[in-house]
Amino acid sequence: MSNTVRSTTRTVSKKKTNGYQVIGTRPIRHDGLDKVTGRALYGADVRLSGMLHGRILRSPHAHAIIKSIDTSGAEALPGVKAVVTARDLPALSDKIADLGEGAVNLRDLSTNVLAAGKVLYHGHAVAAVAATSPHIAEEAIQLIRVGYEVLQPVLDVRAAMKPGVPLLHPTLTMESLGKKTNRVSNVASHSQMKKGDVARGFQKADVVLEREFQTATVHQGYIEPHNATAQWNADGSVTVWCSTQGAFITRSQVAELLKLPVSRVRVVPMEIGGGFGGKIQVYIEPVAALLSRAAGRPVQITMSRAEVFMGTGPTPGSYIRVKMGATGEGRLVAAEAYLAYEAGAFPGSPVGAGAMCIFAPYNIENVLIDAYDVVVNKPRTSAYRAPGATNAAMASETVIDELAEQLRMDPLDFRLKNGAQEGDTRADGPAFARIGYLETVQAAKAHAHASAPLEGRCRGRGVASGFWMNYGGQSSAVANVNPDGTLTLVEGSTDIGGTRASAAMQAAEVLGLRAEEVRPLVGDTESIGYTEVTGGSRTTFATGWAAYEAAQDVKRQMIERAAKLWEITAADVDFADATFTNRKEPSKKMTFKEVAARLGETGGPVVGRAAVHPSGVGVAFATHVVDVEVDPDTGKVTLLRYTAVQDAGRAIHPSYVEGQMQGGVVQGIGWALNEEYAYDGQGRMINASFLDYRMPTSLDLPMIDTVIVEVPNPGHPYGVRGVGEVPIVPPPAAIANAIYRAIGVRMRVLPMSPRRILEALGKA
Amino acid sequence: MSPFDYAAPRSIAEAAALLQQAGDDGRVLAGGTDLIVQVRENRRRVKLFIDVKNIPELNELSCSARKGLVIGAAVPCYRITSDSKVAQAYPGLLDAAGIIGGVQIQGRASIGGNLCNASPAADSIPALIALEAACVIAGPQGSREVPVEQFCTGPGKTVLGRGEMVVALRLPPPKKGSGAHYLRFIPRNEMDIAVVGAGASVVLDKAGKTIVSARIALGAVAPTPLYVAEAGAALAGREVSEAAVLQAAESARAAARPITDMRGSAAQRKHLSAVLVRRALEKAIERARNGRA
Repeated sequence: MSNTVRSTTRTVSKKKTNGYQVIGTRPIRHDGLDKVTGRALYGADVRLSGMLHGRILRSPHAHAIIKSIDTSGAEALPGVKAVVTARDLPALSDKIADLGEGAVNLRDLSTNVLAAGKVLYHGHAVAAVAATSPHIAEEAIQLIRVGYEVLQPVLDVRAAMKPGVPLLHPTLTMESLGKKTNRVSNVASHSQMKKGDVARGFQKADVVLEREFQTATVHQGYIEPHNATAQWNADGSVTVWCSTQGAFITRSQVAELLKLPVSRVRVVPMEIGGGFGGKIQVYIEPVAALLSRAAGRPVQITMSRAEVFMGTGPTPGSYIRVKMGATGEGRLVAAEAYLAYEAGAFPGSPVGAGAMCIFAPYNIENVLIDAYDVVVNKPRTSAYRAPGATNAAMASETVIDELAEQLRMDPLDFRLKNGAQEGDTRADGPAFARIGYLETVQAAKAHAHASAPLEGRCRGRGVASGFWMNYGGQSSAVANVNPDGTLTLVEGSTDIGGTRASAAMQAAEVLGLRAEEVRPLVGDTESIGYTEVTGGSRTTFATGWAAYEAAQDVKRQMIERAAKLWEITAADVDFADATFTNRKEPSKKMTFKEVAARLGETGGPVVGRAAVHPSGVGVAFATHVVDVEVDPDTGKVTLLRYTAVQDAGRAIHPSYVEGQMQGGVVQGIGWALNEEYAYDGQGRMINASFLDYRMPTSLDLPMIDTVIVEVPNPGHPYGVRGVGEVPIVPPPAAIANAIYRAIGVRMRVLPMSPRRILEALGKA
Repeated sequence: MSPFDYAAPRSIAEAAALLQQAGDDGRVLAGGTDLIVQVRENRRRVKLFIDVKNIPELNELSCSARKGLVIGAAVPCYRITSDSKVAQAYPGLLDAAGIIGGVQIQGRASIGGNLCNASPAADSIPALIALEAACVIAGPQGSREVPVEQFCTGPGKTVLGRGEMVVALRLPPPKKGSGAHYLRFIPRNEMDIAVVGAGASVVLDKAGKTIVSARIALGAVAPTPLYVAEAGAALAGREVSEAAVLQAAESARAAARPITDMRGSAAQRKHLSAVLVRRALEKAIERARNGRA
């Protein structure tokens, strides 16, 4: 790693100073000290009087009919206080619930939480026990006797689509182009996006390439395992403490699955050790609640790492075919894609999002995209950072690279020539507002990395771009003015990656306070208004906007209080830099702190509040540059240098924008090089541990250089665009393009592991 | 994990008696970095843990030019890697001891445990075989010595009989003009299990031109760590050359009989056997020439 380049990060901005006092600065995050000293409270830290420990019995088979479940052995074990199975869950009808980042059929969700009738993947939850110690609970689940009739599993998306293969759901009929068909199939749906006329478009092309790709099933890999502590209260309500990306969406799922009114469920979100989309749908929360109801005591369930791998979240493996055509002058004229994604055990893969993203960075007149959502005997997939887009970009961005090569054009110039701009339309319909895609390509091109010499054997440089839609959604915030002139900000977004800080800084900017003078807290479902998930790169945009509005509300009220003290009208009070000025007598000034100290005598407390549901979401683009070295004898890829460029709209806290960019890149590198679910011949996952599910460690990574481009989003008061997701999109394609330049082989299957590279080189 | 008993004997005799009594239900515990994980994950049932860390002989670490190296079975890796005498005399052993797990694991994990766990992919075993190490075994019939290459009999299986335990590993003093190296291939740079491991040692003549003798061993390519005697034998008496090294590498490739699993394919492991043996030999020769044993 001697050639690893360590360089600093920087922000490219139109102006030298952004005109703000707080926005764009880098204060220490409010929750930082508690987190680095280990004092922050996570779900597994919850301790309640009389608390029991729950364990889940999981299926040893990938596909089987449950013939019988005998729980008597577990019930008889001393220390066991409750045993539950799917029979304890109310029967639910087909109903789609929107989870903010993906949707779910509630009956499927219920059957995923505890299997009914069939098990559909290795690790599918079958029963649960609560006992006085974790060891008794573990012993007890081994005493539950389950009779299975084992069926043939279907693990690969293309195999699952073939006629005559075993069906996961005998009643699942395919939906085609929005209409139900009566075709029973593992294909849950087929959708299509169309723009122009691709047949005519390809006729205009001088170069046409068609390539096939496969990507592996990969996991979000958050460090903190899922956990839930539930207490069924004497009044029939239930309180759940858990690790979630959204307390309110957990509340609605628990309420729906248990058939309770939402007002009978309180969800207290604890600190969260990563989610990446995987902590939105519920798994053990309703089970802990059922156990608590049965035992009459609080119950805590914490998953092991193996359970996290086998029973939660992965993002789909996929098969993608891409055909693109360009004129001899390097103009893209037509693009076609076929995407088939593994939904896992139940329908609902992010193939639609993949289809929306696959050609979005480019202005192409003629586009046709077919997308298939396919069930296979793997865990029901859940959202994972720009869900569906990384798979898609692996295909499109490597074909773009190959087209540029055939046209003898620099790949960044090829992108500049074809890149989307304001007013261009995506294949799925919407026209872009002001976007910063071309600016990311220009910044990549201008970066020293792009022109640095890269010498040595088997070394190569690759580039790739990525797109993500981002999301808006509903958020709430309440700001209490304290007598010492500080603000307590309660908001509803669980803090991932510094979102408390980014909300607090937007409120501080409005009031001229320092970031440290706003103390942000995350509320539970009974202490703050409805707020959607921390997901979809929405939190700094929407919850930040709620904080901005709550601060505006505070400002209005505080101006009135100053007016009252001066006995003038509010219109005669100016407010700037946390200071009120009497317009009638400009020498009269009062600070925010002075007015805050006198709230009692001017009408009582000042509480600012806001609830927002903004439109105006700003989409995100990124362009990455990477240098690799390949060991031709072992197939191992070493990353020498990595530069990520991204349009953040406006970076509220640049360090946390950079953190999101670096984190996304690292996960993308994991997809690229080694991460994949490994199965045996019977469909059992055999690498459910961090040892054998090979995520990159710090020793496998170069410093990831970041460049923040700021093309403000016209739809947000401070120009914010979501930043959390798009950085995972380009890395696999960028690395594949770099590997090609290093060893002359186009890799089209993820991960590009040493074994696959040796195979591609004909050495193994 | 089910309930178990724990004993911490203070002598070999006491430990051997406990082992004899417990039979298959008893298991020797040193660092526990494999054993405790296996028991926790229900991959192994143990009714009696016999903690040997209080037995003086199992904590011995001594290195002398005359007697060679004695590593007590419970000596953790960090003591080996931080001992300057060992580092000077046996760098090929340090190559292995320094990559078993991470820093925290090395604070606890022992070479004796790595051997008794008998994983085909254990990092220390090919290095020990290349260095001609022997296991000192104590048991009801007294003590015996077994060359490391004969110790493992299958995945997780060893020659230890009822009541027997490994007391120490004995390595002969490094010969004049010798050099050794161990390396493994892992897809990441740390925290991984060998896809293939290779240990090599050579003894060169005074001029550093002719190979007097060589020993080569492979990990993760057979049910046990594999001593490839023929690869070393073919080098004896030959001049140091690329052709000789490549021939030994090919001989190792031919000897490897790997399986395909999640960590690598059989073809990949065959290929890597040759690559790693070549690299191990090149480094061993370099060390021999640099006068480092």
